[in-house]
Amino acid sequence: MVSTKHIITALVADRPGVLSRVASLFRRRGFNIDSIAVGASELPEVSRMTIVVNGSATLVEQVRKQLDKVVDVIKVTDITAPGTITRELALIKVKSSVSTRSEIMQIVSIFRAKIVDVALDSLTVEVTGDEAKIASLYNLLKEFGIREVSRTGIIGMMRGVVVPSDESDGRG
Amino acid sequence: MKLTGAQIVCESLLKEGVDTIFGILGGQILPLYDTLTQYPQLRHVLTGHEQGAAHAAEGYARVTGRVGVCFATSGPGATNLVTGIADAYLDSIPMVAFTGQVGCPFIGKDAFQEVDITGITLPITKHNYLVTNVADLAATIKEAFYLARTGRPGPVLIDLPKDIQVEQAEFNYPEKVNLPGYKPTLNGHPSQIARAIKLISAAKKPLILAGHGVIISGAFDGLKTLAEKAQIPVVTTLQGISAFPESHPLSYGWLGMHGMAYANMAVTDCDLLIAIGMRFGDRATAKVSGFAPRAKIIHIDIDPAEIGKNVRVDVPIVGDAGNVLAALNKQVAPLEHLEWLKLLDTWRREHPLLDIRDSKELLPQFVVRKIWEATKGDAIIVTGVGQHQMFAGQHFFYDKPNSFISSGGLGTMGFELPASIGVKIGKPDETVWCIAGDGSLQMTIQELATVSHEGVAVKIAIMNNNYLGMVRQWQQLFYERRYIATPLNCPDFVKVAEAYGIMAEKVSRKQDVAPAIKRAMAHDGPYIINFEVEPEENVYPMVPPGRR
Repeated sequence: MVSTKHIITALVADRPGVLSRVASLFRRRGFNIDSIAVGASELPEVSRMTIVVNGSATLVEQVRKQLDKVVDVIKVTDITAPGTITRELALIKVKSSVSTRSEIMQIVSIFRAKIVDVALDSLTVEVTGDEAKIASLYNLLKEFGIREVSRTGIIGMMRGVVVPSDESDGRG
Repeated sequence: MKLTGAQIVCESLLKEGVDTIFGILGGQILPLYDTLTQYPQLRHVLTGHEQGAAHAAEGYARVTGRVGVCFATSGPGATNLVTGIADAYLDSIPMVAFTGQVGCPFIGKDAFQEVDITGITLPITKHNYLVTNVADLAATIKEAFYLARTGRPGPVLIDLPKDIQVEQAEFNYPEKVNLPGYKPTLNGHPSQIARAIKLISAAKKPLILAGHGVIISGAFDGLKTLAEKAQIPVVTTLQGISAFPESHPLSYGWLGMHGMAYANMAVTDCDLLIAIGMRFGDRATAKVSGFAPRAKIIHIDIDPAEIGKNVRVDVPIVGDAGNVLAALNKQVAPLEHLEWLKLLDTWRREHPLLDIRDSKELLPQFVVRKIWEATKGDAIIVTGVGQHQMFAGQHFFYDKPNSFISSGGLGTMGFELPASIGVKIGKPDETVWCIAGDGSLQMTIQELATVSHEGVAVKIAIMNNNYLGMVRQWQQLFYERRYIATPLNCPDFVKVAEAYGIMAEKVSRKQDVAPAIKRAMAHDGPYIINFEVEPEENVYPMVPPGRR
């Protein structure tokens, strides 16, 4: 079966242990998470999780249904679609010297990323974007030597016109 | 008026209609137990081990349709509940377990008898709670009972720190629950119902496969109506036994690893499988890719996550079995399937299960059959796990709705004795036979104390072959008879029974079986018969376990 990347968002009640319930479910059912990001949503006492999973359509359907069964999970949506907006933030600490510093700064500026810290032997870059953009920048900076990387994991949102995810399980 | 946390628990239990609690006390749940003295309406049944309390609550829940309740203290009391909670989870049994916990200031400090029971039970409960504010307690209990009994039922655990049991709050039992993430779908989607009707009308060889969900939903009449109106034969899963009367001409037994050959053949040959309230477990399907290979599948289940989990489905219907059956029955036209039924009857004649081979030895099948004859089928049978369980499923004929109580999903040896205690307490007017294995029984044999001091009039038939028989059978068939760790050295069960003050006798000859059963049933109280059966009898038929 074809394995594809799916971005699933879940609105969850802001109760103690909700992240561990979701994480436990993924571990227990053997679902692989690429990334998971959690933060406040537009609703009071409700958080939004963005989970990226790789798998066949059947597997992702199971993920969605099993997530839905968690009592503290209010709504699950598969937002995988060509137009979906996805963003991630990465901090990349790259080796630098007097001779490479300006070259790195040029690359950073092409990517509209930011230098957030300058030291004698390193620069720290903050970059926001979709996965492809972060990967491209990372690959270019790799040439100079990467000291440290920290990424937030993807968050995502559908564009203005909401396309409902297909309900193939027959629920009304 | 302000009440203590412990009083709030008791008042809430009364609001939920609870009258019986199974449990064992301990340091961290003492305030709650102390408060029980103010509530004589709540009967507390002291068990010998917390696992027994959980299984008893399951047995009670399964025959009363109400939520089973058990109490345990923190630490080892709570961990001892775990097997019973897992059993309830896998067989979808409504249960609320209350555990004592160390006081809030001690949580996370590895205090004496502290264990993270909400963490431990997270994957085996429908939901669980650690209450850290007494003001939340009543609403938490309301939610717990609602979650346990609605949708696909299951166990819910409430962990109660000792200080919460003592602190006070206003008691207001909420009328409604506020669970935006929990909305079980009860009625099948009309368009899926219409698609199902189309498939049913077109099928030449339709087959109904009824599971435990039919029993949980109490959809006995709806199932019978569909089968009779559309003349569709019915097979059940192991946990679906007694969902449909086995003496009905449209009943073709139960399928699976030790099910009837004709039931498995029917599944293989049918062109439409209507699966109701079941989850295509591997003991039912064997190799899933070879399961019902010619059939379109209609899958009716209340849990959307079960649909498409193990087998491909053509028409999914999420809903309560009773509601969906009622909707189907409204639309289905009277049909006939004479050829198909004739074929099934031929298979049933050619592969009979009913014959018990002629043997001088006492066979467990023979004992089960004699219990059926003596009770005329009017009894609730409770089993453990192993060969005796399969013989009890095969050689007793279940016409009485919900009369076969067994551990299916988890396959918990030791289920039978404590579960039968719960069954008998839940249905005191019914005859309850606990069909036990010698190995299985010994896993929870301490509950004979519960039988004795509570005067629970269960009749216990031990199928004693001095082996862990089912595993021995596997060793014989798949491991060249290397009988490691399966021969038992059973105690004298009659003496054990006497030590607990329970009447008992031993039977080793065929002619003594019926009179002993008669004596057991005539006795006003619990009774144990130790049947010394043929040691190396195997359970057949047998479909070897499948691989994916």
